[in-house]
Amino acid sequence: METFMSLLQISIGAIFIQNFILSRFLGLCPFMGVSKKLSTATGMGIAVIFVMTVASMFTWAINHFILEAYNVLYLQTIVFILVIASLVQMVEMILHKYSPVLYESLGVYLPLITTNCAILGVAMINTGINPYSGSPFTFVESVVNGTMSGVGFLLALILMAGIREKIELADIPKPLEGLPIAFITAGLMAVAFLGFSGMQLR
Amino acid sequence: MINNIGTELKRGVLTENPIFVLALGLCPSLGVSTSVSNGLGMGLASTFVLIGSNIIISLLKKVIPEQVRIPAYIIVIASFVTIVQMVMQAYLPALYTSLGIFIPLIVVNCIILGRAEAFASKNNVINSAIDGLVMGLGFTVALVVLSTIREILGANKLLGLEFIPGFKPMTIFILAPGGFFTIAFVVGLINFFKMKKEQK
Repeated sequence: METFMSLLQISIGAIFIQNFILSRFLGLCPFMGVSKKLSTATGMGIAVIFVMTVASMFTWAINHFILEAYNVLYLQTIVFILVIASLVQMVEMILHKYSPVLYESLGVYLPLITTNCAILGVAMINTGINPYSGSPFTFVESVVNGTMSGVGFLLALILMAGIREKIELADIPKPLEGLPIAFITAGLMAVAFLGFSGMQLR
Repeated sequence: MINNIGTELKRGVLTENPIFVLALGLCPSLGVSTSVSNGLGMGLASTFVLIGSNIIISLLKKVIPEQVRIPAYIIVIASFVTIVQMVMQAYLPALYTSLGIFIPLIVVNCIILGRAEAFASKNNVINSAIDGLVMGLGFTVALVVLSTIREILGANKLLGLEFIPGFKPMTIFILAPGGFFTIAFVVGLINFFKMKKEQK
């Protein structure tokens, strides 16, 4: 029961309180780039959830069993980015071979994901301290954190795409068209998400 | 060929500003621009990485095979980021803690990989170094602009000193939404002046 509560706490924290895009500012480039249409936004979001989960597993294991064990933590940045880049490549190849349908729908987003700072960001966060328990993330906790951060990313991306599809039709002052109005929208969404801060499960 | 540093500088800071015009490197620019010292530190750290990686990549451009160039570039960039990380941790521990996760994330800053791919892999060492410098400065200027606005409005401070006595700051500008609003209006303002200029 205790583990379940702590996992639930991590999930709610990752999706709402510390939403990757709207409160941590991670993954903004794809957020602005692919949020113009609802269908592409969904595809990208699902691809991110997938890669984040797999990346959390691998980076946690590598960090724990290799980097910490041999005391070479200063190599973290280099190792993590390489692991993520090759993981993305591997996921792409496996999908291509075994699930052409999934590859069709997610394939185009995968190369973009390597340089999505949200993936490296979640790997880095997983090496730190779990704010809810005060001790380092365990394997299960870090995987849940990865998946749920991805869910938070998908949520923000879908909300944004839904709003942007409507904004296309609105009458906006000329200088604010395009990027600026997208930022203002994101800002208003971030205000809404501020409401979740302070939420706690007991 | 790079003929004039002045025009190059204008290109990096104004016409091709990485953040305001090209919309690259948004995550660090919003994440760390809560105070001027953070913004400046992040800008200079990224500039160092950009110059270093541009130099090395332009030196190695004939050695790196076409097919594996992106992973090779990423390793070069990650090495420079690790140098920055270690130096900052040793000499500027306060800045290191306040920038936190955004220091390792310099690796995935699209500006750096973008310049490596678009410029350093095709040009000679000196030009690549200058390109890294001007693009880095453009990034730094943009960060300082954003963080000045946010620090004044959000904390009523500039570089940690009180700005207008008795002014009650709008805390929301240091929080996440303020970052989005600030960049929205700065980009909007730039577009406004651009359109006015075109009309003339």
